[in-house]
Amino acid sequence: MAFVAVLVGIVLSWLMRIHLGWTNVPIPGLHLLSANGAPGNVMTPEFYLQLMTMHATIMVFFVLTTAPFAAFGNYFLPIQVGAEDMPFPRFNMMSFWITFSGFLVLVSSFFVGDGPTLGGWTQYAPLSAIGTAGGPGEGTGVVLWAVSITLFCIGQLLGSLNFITTTLDMRTRGMSLWRLPLSVWAWFITSVMGLTAFAVLMPACILLILDHVAGTSFFVPSNLVVNDQLLPHSGGSTLLWQHLFWFFGHPEVYIAIVPGMGIVSHVLIPNMRRPLLSHRVMIYSMGALAVLSYMVYGHHMFVSGMNPVSSIVFSFPTLIITIPATIIVLIWLGSLYGSRLRINTASLFALGFISMFISGGVSGFFLAQPSIDILLHGTYFVVGHFHMVMGVAAMFGIFAGTYFWFPKMYGRMMNETIGKVHFWLTFVGTYAIFMPFHYLGLAGVVRRYQAFAPDYMQRYVPVHQAITVAALLTGAAQLLFVYNVIHSRFWGKPAPDNPWQATSLEWSTPSSPPPFDNFGGKLPVVYHDPYQYGVEGSSGDYVMQTSPEQIHTKSDEK
Amino acid sequence: MATTVHPPTINKIENPSRPQSGSGNGGWRPLVPSGGDSRSVQEYAPPPSSTGIWVALAGISMTFAALTSALIVRRGGAVDWRHFTLPSILYLNSVLLLASSATLEFGRKRVAAYMGGLKETVQHPARWLYVTFSLGLLFVIGQYMAWRELSAQGLYLATSPSSSFFYVFTAGHALHVLGGLGGLIRVSRKLNHLNLRRSTLDATARYWHFMGVLWVYLLVLLWMKL
Repeated sequence: MAFVAVLVGIVLSWLMRIHLGWTNVPIPGLHLLSANGAPGNVMTPEFYLQLMTMHATIMVFFVLTTAPFAAFGNYFLPIQVGAEDMPFPRFNMMSFWITFSGFLVLVSSFFVGDGPTLGGWTQYAPLSAIGTAGGPGEGTGVVLWAVSITLFCIGQLLGSLNFITTTLDMRTRGMSLWRLPLSVWAWFITSVMGLTAFAVLMPACILLILDHVAGTSFFVPSNLVVNDQLLPHSGGSTLLWQHLFWFFGHPEVYIAIVPGMGIVSHVLIPNMRRPLLSHRVMIYSMGALAVLSYMVYGHHMFVSGMNPVSSIVFSFPTLIITIPATIIVLIWLGSLYGSRLRINTASLFALGFISMFISGGVSGFFLAQPSIDILLHGTYFVVGHFHMVMGVAAMFGIFAGTYFWFPKMYGRMMNETIGKVHFWLTFVGTYAIFMPFHYLGLAGVVRRYQAFAPDYMQRYVPVHQAITVAALLTGAAQLLFVYNVIHSRFWGKPAPDNPWQATSLEWSTPSSPPPFDNFGGKLPVVYHDPYQYGVEGSSGDYVMQTSPEQIHTKSDEK
Repeated sequence: MATTVHPPTINKIENPSRPQSGSGNGGWRPLVPSGGDSRSVQEYAPPPSSTGIWVALAGISMTFAALTSALIVRRGGAVDWRHFTLPSILYLNSVLLLASSATLEFGRKRVAAYMGGLKETVQHPARWLYVTFSLGLLFVIGQYMAWRELSAQGLYLATSPSSSFFYVFTAGHALHVLGGLGGLIRVSRKLNHLNLRRSTLDATARYWHFMGVLWVYLLVLLWMKL
């Protein structure tokens, strides 16, 4: 599902990029998506905003949240803890189908009334809560959006319930909490965040729906005049929506990125042939990210008219949260330093993740300070920042996971040559797209504008055109990945049982793909922590978690 | 230079196969207990449904906490807040719901005795479960009557933010109680087929008691704020 969603998301971003670079140039076939939004195949400003909203919603919810967390987690979390299955398989199935129907509801808004909502993925009230007075798509479009996200929340809550319970209760014998692989820890921490964050977004969406269909005034203030029309609502709080939304919204950023951190650590370690500098500090840092992520959400609201004192209060933990993030990066870099990294596609994408996370993270330092953020908040600087640190970094985590676990999932190897070409095109391409965004932002180019033709920003249009070309090429490079997945699935080289000589439980299943009950009826017993590489005195270069061999090293977790 | 290669020492764990979760003596369900002695069943972690229910309750608490904060923020700056007295039937409903928690505990004891092998001495183990179910159903009907009473006074969902929050909170809670009623039906069906697990009953009971506690909290909140 995420695979389809990401393709839809990419195509939507292409349409927007073409429009930004070459405003008013007809895009063939565009009228199929919206008859009103594209008369003569030329995009209207409203339709641009509708595309932007759908791109963001699909990418944030249905790709970045589902792929690294729900997809890989559902497959590998039970195997890595040594369980036959999740404890509540029925909930799991419900979780998938509810999420999927949420996606269908969202996409259906393209074909209903005047199209999807144009309010952005944040759906700021009051414009999102006043119906068609707010513009095209603000009636049925917003309701469908809110219904879709409510369904999505229910799906994720059921999923989180399963993940937490599996990690706590379904561990096999010998699998203590410290012996869980970092990917399991990441999924576990993410599901705790998901449980609390989606449980807040869901009632917020329900209140938004009520403002639409039942005429309540949760978010719409008194005496609001929109398009010369006095609205019947009274007394609502516009900031209330933002508080509820961002209380979910900031943890959501970490819901997207923490699974990537777990996957990247899990991919790098067998390729470095050594454990990370500290297993426990890594886990503590990811936990600290999760806790702090709830205390920083106000930094999205520096320019919302919140009390300036609150801005300072939120600014402080925002700077603090960089400490665990920096520790995580330093652990990766310190562990990589002097290791003989095996260069393969999975490890390249893991390195790419670190690179993107650092580049995007550094611009976060600027945005964390209210005084600088007021200047940059409405510009492309922010677009560059979050695309790198949350979007592309998480995508690189997904790619790393796919190249790493593909042999286990399908019993065949992916093509390394195509994989490496795919990596370099994607890596260079994403920098070519998102680095210029930072410069555009510093130059004052405003985000969410559909065209820069009439004003001072016109001289930056060539930069936009260059970015569009880069985006089209980078997007097209993803076809290599699609080809590689499909081709390797059927005609790839058969994979050995443990192609990366890795130690964790997924490599001790009797076959690839694993049998229905994961371990063929006999659950494994765990004797070591998941990353025992190069232990002196052991029989080989690595010691499997299931190997009963006794090793003498202080670093083995109990 | 000679290197001695020591054969790796083997660290054995007795009886590596883990018994199926939820089976065995501890968790009743007198179906086929698969391998493993009862001690290892006891050693093993609590059954997933007992953790799962706490996780679910945490999520539900979070949802109502979010709504509570919305109520406080919305009331803080409101000029259009209309105070009204809560329908008195709510207090009767509260008594019904709290009583149902007590009857569920009676029921749980009897079911435990019945499933624990004392079949002969316990007649109709499900009786108290039915009583609980009826009380729960009466609670939901009572809530519906409270809504009717308010709408008779002209207080609808959109009339005032206070009535909006009243309906949102009570309807949200009533939906969760209906979920609990579904759980009770499931438990009594399983009891009739003799394949009830102790953990299923315990989880359902925990959920049910939580609904009572949540209701008391909501009643106090609505009484103070509306």
